[in-house]
Amino acid sequence: MRLVRQVLTIAAKDLRAELRTKEAINASLAFALVILLMFSFAFDPEADTTREISGGLLWIVFAFAGTLILNRSFAREIPNDCLDALISAPIPGAALFLGKAIANFLMVLAVELVSLPIFGIFYNVHWAQQPAQLFGVLVLATWGLTVIGTIFSALTVNIRLREVMLPMLTYPILVPALMGAMRLTAVLVLGKPIAGDDLSWLKMLIGFDVMYTAASLVLIETVLVS
Amino acid sequence: MRDKIVYVLGCIALAILAWNTYTIAFLPEETRQGVVFKIIFYHVPVALTAMCCSMVALVASVLFLITKRFIFDALAVAVTEVGLAFLAANLVTGSIWGRQIWGIWWTWDARLTSALVCWLLYAGYLMLRKAIEEPTQRATFAAVFSIFAFMDVPIVIFSIKWWRTQHPAPVFWSGGSFPPDWTRHFLWNMLAMVLLGVVMTTVRFGQEQVQREIDSLRREAHAL
Repeated sequence: MRLVRQVLTIAAKDLRAELRTKEAINASLAFALVILLMFSFAFDPEADTTREISGGLLWIVFAFAGTLILNRSFAREIPNDCLDALISAPIPGAALFLGKAIANFLMVLAVELVSLPIFGIFYNVHWAQQPAQLFGVLVLATWGLTVIGTIFSALTVNIRLREVMLPMLTYPILVPALMGAMRLTAVLVLGKPIAGDDLSWLKMLIGFDVMYTAASLVLIETVLVS
Repeated sequence: MRDKIVYVLGCIALAILAWNTYTIAFLPEETRQGVVFKIIFYHVPVALTAMCCSMVALVASVLFLITKRFIFDALAVAVTEVGLAFLAANLVTGSIWGRQIWGIWWTWDARLTSALVCWLLYAGYLMLRKAIEEPTQRATFAAVFSIFAFMDVPIVIFSIKWWRTQHPAPVFWSGGSFPPDWTRHFLWNMLAMVLLGVVMTTVRFGQEQVQREIDSLRREAHAL
């Protein structure tokens, strides 16, 4: 119970700080819009083709835009030595990690929920044929993205070339999750049910989330202490 | 003394490889694939050696996190570098085979993709090390990253079963028909590759130890 309260305190703190400055979320949204614009030059948008490749396009946008938020997660604590204060605070590292991960998750999800209808409008795609299932896939894959992003944000916060290192380390690890998310999103946008082969992608996505959340919770203390 | 043993082992590995290559050249060609099939004598042993390397890297990383002894960190970086080279050899030989049999150098099949992802992960590991100055922090963060990277390896191994794939089913474990005397050649190559991996790792491990000694001497000199 105490852990839950600590987690929520950290998450609320991060969300409050972000809502006051809005620096990461604004940058992320603007970046998502720019990438959506770039797609229109990369290929000639026709409704059918776009729907088929929508999963890939959307997750490229989400992964790129999400990194901007994740990069700020621990970097935000560098000024005024806030990170040292957080680490020496009487809360376990797992609570700090989970709190930050939840705050990041909500912010990335918010960016995704704004970019999704914009994508639909720009490229004339009826994406909301199975909204509940699509939301489920978004939640699962975004949690995977945030868990990996948050722990690597902690890992890279103090090193040289932080902004470059984070995407370089996270994307290869995220590949299985992104592949699953792209495939499932495309299927749902096309209006097909998740069945057969796609079910194993769903299982893989869940497995990915569970595996890496567990590993992060075990290792975060080691990362924070050094 | 240790150096001499290492170099002798290296020579033995190279001799086995050379002799085996000579005898493999005289084996009859495979009925359907022809001479390019023989690449399997190299493709699979380097893959297995790379896998062994990543396992040793995992064990060394975990041991470093538990004991905080830098000897394990040196072992982890040495074995990761060697494993990366073997995995590169695996990707290149696979690509050459693919060009002959499939007509293309590369295809985004699950297994090929996963192998490439693994390669990128371990390359990221080496880059992460380069970006951190402080030795304890470098060793700890690298060890954590190595554990995360290793969790990707099972996906490589099982992806052939999980996902649709064009990669041929394993010849050795799923009832493939590999002639017994060919298996002997294969096993000799396997031994040679592992031996070569051990020799390269030992040499690199020694360099890493010397580097650490130089660094500590330099710090001492600065302090004086």
